[in-house]
Amino acid sequence: MHEMSLCEGILQILENESEQKNFKKVKKVALEVGPFSGVEVDALKFSFDVVMKGSLAEGSELIIIDMPATAWCMQCAETVTIKQRYDDCPSCGSAQIQVTAGEELSIKELEVD
Amino acid sequence: MCTVCGCSSGNLKIDGQTKDHMLDQPHDHSHDHEHGHSHDHDHHHHDHEHNHGHSDDHDHHHDHSDEHTHDYGQGPAHAHAPGLSQARMVQIEKNILSKNDEYASTNRAFFNERGILALNLVSSPGSGKTTTLCRTITELQDKHVCSVIEGDQQTANDADRIRETGAKAIQVNTGKGCHLDGHMVGHALGSLNPAEGSFVFIENVGNLVCPASFDLGEAHKVVILSVTEGEDKPLKYPDMFHAADLMLLNKVDLLPHLEFDVEKTIENARRVNPGIKVLQISSTTGEGYADWINWLEATLALATTGHNFKNNAEKQTDVEMTAVAE
Repeated sequence: MHEMSLCEGILQILENESEQKNFKKVKKVALEVGPFSGVEVDALKFSFDVVMKGSLAEGSELIIIDMPATAWCMQCAETVTIKQRYDDCPSCGSAQIQVTAGEELSIKELEVD
Repeated sequence: MCTVCGCSSGNLKIDGQTKDHMLDQPHDHSHDHEHGHSHDHDHHHHDHEHNHGHSDDHDHHHDHSDEHTHDYGQGPAHAHAPGLSQARMVQIEKNILSKNDEYASTNRAFFNERGILALNLVSSPGSGKTTTLCRTITELQDKHVCSVIEGDQQTANDADRIRETGAKAIQVNTGKGCHLDGHMVGHALGSLNPAEGSFVFIENVGNLVCPASFDLGEAHKVVILSVTEGEDKPLKYPDMFHAADLMLLNKVDLLPHLEFDVEKTIENARRVNPGIKVLQISSTTGEGYADWINWLEATLALATTGHNFKNNAEKQTDVEMTAVAE
């Protein structure tokens, strides 16, 4: 499962950070997730608990920060909010839009001991 | 012995992590305790500081410099100072795929140094990736060196099929994994040792979802869609079609027997990726291969531009290869 390996990636980052920033336990993990990140949040939460078991982040809380997907509409010359990659511009209906954000998949911050 | 974090008594719980931690402990401890003590002082001073305001700046110079030096140790001190919340927020802002991206950029540097064109072939299972690859290699082989990294969950069947064409192939079994990642490809490259100015085809695990997110260091992702699948696949799996630079519409020889709207499919692909190039091919009959081979050779030419392999005396065979290619 894709989400499983993402969680292993998260754990790796936590372990590295714990050495660098000197903490021993992670209580909360805040993730920024964009709609085009290719991540199913429910699957991620499930894998998160499984992968963190026995680690410094065992039992920690996963907080998902939903990031908006935006695109630049060439007709409106404006940034617009979209839901899907193939959406038309919500204000003018043009298909000439370029996705500018929505692929975020990053750890924003941690609460640690 | 530390009573706050309990690091010497709590070692049973957090296994691998604490082992290193414990070895370092004696050192950490003395430091931590010192800081803990002085930190208490700081706190008293803090209150005073506010009252004294600016006027007493000079008098309190000592205190200030003390505080400054203590600031260096504030991290560990926090954890040990009684009464303080042990919770601490750490800003990270780190992309979860950053580790993979590091491996991918190492691979990309490897390809660039050797003037190798690496392509990441992605598709759903059964769209004809391996058949396409076999035929492509057969057509390229007289002029170019090709090697293949085969990704599948299990079996070495695909690598065997590729080896029958005479090309070098490495099978990577991802096991439970649903995609190849930069690390696996880096390892495979070590054993494959592809020649300068050659093609490296990476056949990803048949999956239109995860491989979209994992950069392997390739120059382009090439997505293969067969006409026996639905026209709306680009909309159903937009991330993959967005990530690809070229779409091969395969099995077009079957079109007379199917109700498949080619135009509609291409329109859908362009909806998610206006820049995507589309070629229609049949890996059974060879239809459309002239264009596909053209694309490959032109893209290889870009990858090898600026490289002068002839300067390297050890690479005689590769020189011959490039000479024939001209």
